[in-house]
Amino acid sequence: MRNVKYLLAGLLFGVVLVKSQVVSWFRIQEMFRFESFHMYGIIGSAVITGMIGVWLIKKFKIRTINGENIVIPKKEFDWGIVYGGLIFGCGWAITGACPGPLFALIGVGYPVIILTLLSAVFGVWIYGRWRDKLPH
Amino acid sequence: MISFLQEPWPWYIAGPILGLAVPALFIIGNKPFGISSSLKHICAACIPSKVPFFSYDWKKESWNLFFVAGIVTGGWIASAFLGGNDAVAISSGAAQTLQNAGITDYSALLPADIFSADQLFTWRGFIFFVLGGFLVGFGTRYANGCTSGHSITGLATLQWPSLVATCCFMAGGLVTTWFILPYLLKL
Repeated sequence: MRNVKYLLAGLLFGVVLVKSQVVSWFRIQEMFRFESFHMYGIIGSAVITGMIGVWLIKKFKIRTINGENIVIPKKEFDWGIVYGGLIFGCGWAITGACPGPLFALIGVGYPVIILTLLSAVFGVWIYGRWRDKLPH
Repeated sequence: MISFLQEPWPWYIAGPILGLAVPALFIIGNKPFGISSSLKHICAACIPSKVPFFSYDWKKESWNLFFVAGIVTGGWIASAFLGGNDAVAISSGAAQTLQNAGITDYSALLPADIFSADQLFTWRGFIFFVLGGFLVGFGTRYANGCTSGHSITGLATLQWPSLVATCCFMAGGLVTTWFILPYLLKL
């Protein structure tokens, strides 16, 4: 039952991803072709809202609903961020979807995207299996 | 009210709601918002192996799987009740370029010229569903995050590695869109 809140948060997130057309291959094409402000507006305003939220959490030492101190994990740099980032960017332009939209599109009713998601899971597995051999 | 919800939502409504996921997940459960980790947990849960990268207690991270199950449900609600799969009003410039590239279907979120079951056993289908998906999964895990974990959470918490990640996402996407995709669309 304690996970229901995450299901509901995801549900709202999914509705917004679809209704703002972030999940649309067309919108991603437009973004990479600099033909529209829409996607930049969404990502930019999401970052600013998140930033204000995190600033308020720090400023007022807000705790979780269970009274725990909020811990913001640090993102460590390694070269995987660069290599992986470029590879993901390539996949993003082809499929028109990052991981969140893949899930949302399956809900919208695109069965072929199930194959894309399975292929993404397979890609993660291949990375995990050969991680030691890859430059980081 | 309902008719307003049926229209596509503008960026200045959608962006802030998406951004609220960051503080909301910290407050409801001390969770750093990110979606691509769910793919790793699916590997750990469903593909039996002794690979150390997947040998951890994924059940402790199951919140992430509930979150993505919510996204699937949200996608269904948006399309079934809120007109979420209606035609996308893209800019005339982008529409012209895509028309020249041979895209004919503009009736929904995705063009049926590519994302339909008839393409399953074609080169086009292989590249756009299978290879594209593989690159998304492999790349996000290699980069240790995707658009949500790096570009939203990472930037919102002012972490420079996430800025590097975001620039690389964009660079990879730009090169692909401008120099590779025109050839892929001819398949």
